[in-house]
Amino acid sequence: MLEVKDLHVSVEGNEILKGLSLTINAGEVHAIMGPNGSGKSTLSAVIAGREEYEVTSGSITYDGQDVLEMSVEERACAGLLLGFQYPVEIPGVKNIYLLKAALNAKREAQGLGEIPAPEFMKLIKEKAALMQMDASFLQRSVNEGFSGGEKKRNEILQMLVLEPRLAMLDEIDSGLDIDAMKVVSDGVNSLRSEERAILLVTHYQRLLDYIVPDRVHVLVDGRIAMSGDADLARELESRGYDWVLEESVA
Amino acid sequence: MATEEMEQLVRREYKEGFVTDIESETLPPGLDEDVIAFISNKKGEPEWMLEWRLKAYRAWLKMTPPSWAHLDFPPIDYQAISYFSAPKRPEDRPQSLDEVDPKLLETYEKLGIPLHERAALAGVAVDAVFDSVSVTTTFKEKLAEAGVIFCSISEAVQEYPELVKQYLGTVVPQTDNYFTALNSAVFTDGSFVFVPKGVTCPMELSTYFRINAENTGQFERTLIICEEGAQVSYLEGCTAPMRDENQLHAAVVELVALDDAYIKYSTVQNWYPGDEDGKGGIYNFVTKRGDCRGDRSRISWTQVETGSAITWKYPSCVLRGKDSIGEFYSVAVTGGRQQADTGTKMIHIGEGSRSSIISKGISSGRSNQSYRGLVKIGPRAKGARNFTECDSLLIGDQCGAHTFPYQEIGNSTATVEHEATTSKIGDDQLFYCQSRGISEEDAVSMIVNGFCKDVFQELPMEFAVEAEALLRVTLEGSVG
Repeated sequence: MLEVKDLHVSVEGNEILKGLSLTINAGEVHAIMGPNGSGKSTLSAVIAGREEYEVTSGSITYDGQDVLEMSVEERACAGLLLGFQYPVEIPGVKNIYLLKAALNAKREAQGLGEIPAPEFMKLIKEKAALMQMDASFLQRSVNEGFSGGEKKRNEILQMLVLEPRLAMLDEIDSGLDIDAMKVVSDGVNSLRSEERAILLVTHYQRLLDYIVPDRVHVLVDGRIAMSGDADLARELESRGYDWVLEESVA
Repeated sequence: MATEEMEQLVRREYKEGFVTDIESETLPPGLDEDVIAFISNKKGEPEWMLEWRLKAYRAWLKMTPPSWAHLDFPPIDYQAISYFSAPKRPEDRPQSLDEVDPKLLETYEKLGIPLHERAALAGVAVDAVFDSVSVTTTFKEKLAEAGVIFCSISEAVQEYPELVKQYLGTVVPQTDNYFTALNSAVFTDGSFVFVPKGVTCPMELSTYFRINAENTGQFERTLIICEEGAQVSYLEGCTAPMRDENQLHAAVVELVALDDAYIKYSTVQNWYPGDEDGKGGIYNFVTKRGDCRGDRSRISWTQVETGSAITWKYPSCVLRGKDSIGEFYSVAVTGGRQQADTGTKMIHIGEGSRSSIISKGISSGRSNQSYRGLVKIGPRAKGARNFTECDSLLIGDQCGAHTFPYQEIGNSTATVEHEATTSKIGDDQLFYCQSRGISEEDAVSMIVNGFCKDVFQELPMEFAVEAEALLRVTLEGSVG
């Protein structure tokens, strides 16, 4: 589904990703782990199209399409969706309005008309219930005054409504207490399907107890230093990232 | 997003750029007592009205234009302006829409204002001011049934001289400022509304102003009176065709609310702002003032301003009555080289009077915007309260927003609060929306509309929809 080849990315002249390659197939859950500053968040941001990141060489293809040639919104409408580590507040814009605009943008890209209001309300109520968010959330301004946990649940709610083909979740576990972690993980797990892939970016192994990945990649200094299955994450937990560094150098 | 792209996004072509070639009977440029006599005669005015005009003119000659505003423009040559322009056949005015010049109707169609449809669907009576003469008035009968008078000011001078004489110039004196003196001397049309005691006007009243003859100044005069316990909601909306010459607009609006009366005055203004270098736009020097003359009276100004090269405008309330209420809700959007100096004055005289001010300014391109607000609380206004909130939103890094709040508190029992914020549309907000599949234009429009929400919710329903659409058009690229 997604193929990243020898990707080099710079921010303000500093190279962050230094030849990263990664293949993600439909139905798979991949976890990108690594120490702070290793470029974990950069990868998902570049795939989503964040402007400050300059791709100096390499390629990203999605179902045969050159992702780097697509605008941010085209990527989203094509099914590449990023869940933010720090969701942004938009005062005065109702959560439900953003959701509807996003869903209709996607439908338009697919050649469908706007979703009928009753259908939309039904869909959104059902998904909000899944995330244990009451109806008042939908009427509040996007992320404004939300707690850390509420923001993250809201990100997953957007995923549930927009049904991406590749859901990228950037440190979705940061700032979550154990109850919120459970709700968020349940939401993510409900996204798992044969047609969909999930890319988790996380610093801690804890999240992977709830969302068990098929593949784990350890990112060190802009490259994937080691890949494995879910056991690798547990090994990292006990041995730390330095071990990977030593192994990969050796 | 890079600044240039931001600018690209907010740069736009004026969409209402077209000229209707209805033949005008227009005076040559210039202003003297003969011109004023000509206007007065054309309007078939009584002698006292002419005297009133001449008195204003003579005062105006001794006055100088104000220079305190945060605006920059070349001096205006008042002798280069033509002071009268009317559709060719003023004597046989159409009595119904069927008789209206199809070209005019076409103009309204282009503006997206299908008059008949709108009037019928929305229950709005429209007193269309086309150039300086009212061409058509609808729903008069229904209003007459309720005892509401809604007509052009010229008609009112002839039909209801006593009312006009009683109220005209009592809120905004002729010599209030340079532009009111000029307006008092040469005003050619505008609306007159009178809602008698205890009557709630059965429909929203709406006037579409339109400046149409080249190089013709517009001097509208609007007078709205609500007697005891009466209520009215008045909508004013403006667009203008594309022009090379700067056009001066110096209107005067006077509102009078007696005991327990409520006047809600809403404006959506979309005048030609000039090209990207600021050439050719409209100069808008307007004096709007409401007089809460009666106890528990209430006047509410709501405005959405996107047009004009230069805006100089401070809709104000004089809170004379006990427990009277003044409100000002404003959204102003400037782009290109537009300049706006706008705000309000709340003059608290009556005991327990209250006022609230919510002002939202959005600047983009190389535009400059100032909020100028005066809250004055007199010695007898015991327990008076004011709340002011002014927020500025900047798009790009070449525009400016300035706030000039003035407070004069004359007694110790008053409560005055002021809050101000300035923010920028963040790349983060845009990226967040776009990464949800929403286009850049839609995202900007969504963020700006969110910023303006507090004001938009004060607008009458159909106006709120128009305002959102207008903001959208204003902020989008030159598409369409």
